[in-house]
Amino acid sequence: MARIIVVTSGKGGVGKTTTSAAIAMGLAKRGHKTAVIDFDVGLRNLDLIMGCERRVVYDFVNVINGEATLNQALIRDKNCNQLYILPASQTRDKDALSQEGVGKILDELKKDFKYIVCDSPAGIEKGAHLAMYFADDAFIVTNPEVSSVRDSDRMLGILSSKSRRAEQNEEPIKEYLLLSRYSPDRVKLGEMLSVDDVQEILSLHLLGVIPESKSVLNASNSGMPVILDEKSDAGQAYADIVARYLGENRPHRFIDDKQGLFGKLFGRK
Amino acid sequence: MSTDSQQNAHQSPILEFKSSTFSVPVLILAGNDVMTIEQQLQEKTQQAPEFFKNSPLVFDLQELNKLELGIDVTELTHVIRKLGLLPIGIRGGSAQQNRQALDLGIPIHSGHIARDGVYAANQPGTGAASTAATPKQQAPEPEPEPELEQVSEPEPPAVTVNTTIITLPVRSGQRIYAAGDLIIVAQVSAGAEIMAEGNIHIYGPLRGRALAGVQGNTEARIFCTDLQAELISIAGNYKVSEDLNSAAHIRPVQIYLQNHALVIKDI
Ligand SMILES: Nc1ncnc2c1ncn2[C@@H]1O[C@H](COP(=O)(O)OP(=O)(O)O)[C@@H](O)[C@H]1O
Ligand SMILES: [Mg+2]
Repeated sequence: MARIIVVTSGKGGVGKTTTSAAIAMGLAKRGHKTAVIDFDVGLRNLDLIMGCERRVVYDFVNVINGEATLNQALIRDKNCNQLYILPASQTRDKDALSQEGVGKILDELKKDFKYIVCDSPAGIEKGAHLAMYFADDAFIVTNPEVSSVRDSDRMLGILSSKSRRAEQNEEPIKEYLLLSRYSPDRVKLGEMLSVDDVQEILSLHLLGVIPESKSVLNASNSGMPVILDEKSDAGQAYADIVARYLGENRPHRFIDDKQGLFGKLFGRK
Repeated sequence: MSTDSQQNAHQSPILEFKSSTFSVPVLILAGNDVMTIEQQLQEKTQQAPEFFKNSPLVFDLQELNKLELGIDVTELTHVIRKLGLLPIGIRGGSAQQNRQALDLGIPIHSGHIARDGVYAANQPGTGAASTAATPKQQAPEPEPEPELEQVSEPEPPAVTVNTTIITLPVRSGQRIYAAGDLIIVAQVSAGAEIMAEGNIHIYGPLRGRALAGVQGNTEARIFCTDLQAELISIAGNYKVSEDLNSAAHIRPVQIYLQNHALVIKDI
């Protein structure tokens, strides 16, 4: 059965698109046919991170409007033939997406793909709503600061009450916490919330911590999802996240340079 | 505190409990002559036969008991059923009436039984608490006497099953309203709001707003294992986070009204 994953947060600039690109690539590299969809109509940038911006002919809105078929619009990734990208439109506004249209496209994708990753725009408006509405799993990307955590909490409330699963009284969306742009040094200085703080506020299953890392910028400049940079800390963090999502048991990393805290976190997995 | 919602993902349970609130018509009796009740009830149901056909119903004997008018619950139930209504609860019954109801498989709803004398207390507010407007409350009347505030019984229409149980976190931006008691076995996030006409129990951190007794029940209480609330209120008397002693953190407390002031006590 195909699974639809929404990467969401409420807040902008926390790393949703970086994460969508990385985990879509990670899942595809492990042999699962994966599609990643940019829901950020008007602001497309997933294709930049994926390095396929110069191959965009048709987009999400074209498919919804019947101006192109899904197959025409899907772009096969240059690094991994199991990965396809459905870019957002740069020329339309958010209202071009409709729930019915999105539902149809997802249904069609589900026939052919194992994972469908939906990169949500910021906010809790229409675009974000449509990105999460059909989801089976939600990756909540949060930065270790109060406003980001609060927005994530709000998004969790929306997931549990306004999603298709909630409306149809099905098993709720599975929610996973991804704590991104984490910097142990700044936590130590009291400038950032710690992993424990965030988990206490959100009480959510922690899928992984992604460190603040220069490799993310380098990756986006070269149009390669950071997970392909296997030597980088952020790349490894995303590889761990994909592995854990697929059911592997991997200890958490990048939380502190000291081993001490690790043990504490093993236990809670 | 961390919860691990994924741990049991691979077992597939074939049942679950969900909490829901229902609107149910309540039959309030002010006379105990069963023949007359039958006659009048028949007239009423004939006005909207489709609506009343097989409708669940709670009967309320509080008025009767206040007037010391007895009634045989078995007989009453018989009449109600004969007219095509399905009694699902008794309210305000005496001990004996409740027992009769239980024998007939009719649950007891305890909401809104005012003990006489409770509302007689007539102390002015102590200043520590003030009156919060809650969504379902009417605007305060210009009436100065505090006793009057409580004399009015909650309006008769549509009352519900007694307890609402919530097992998932209540997140920022979410609101929960319970017509009876509310039990939350999860956290209540900052920016969330929970309201109950009865008591509120929270087994987890309370970081949002909790309002008990929102229809004016001054006997309502809030029980909480970890009080970090933005606001707590009982029957409109509230305290905001600034007024709360942060020492209440992590210790189980109960909150109740005493002389129109909120009291927070360790349990
Ligand atoms: N782990 C990280 N370390 C450093 N910079 C990051 C990290 N994750 C994201 N960024 C940067 O943050 C900015 C916003 O990231 P993006 O993925 O576009 O967020 P969103 O999609 O949530 O708006 C980008 O400039 C990106 O390079
Ligand atoms: Mg983005």
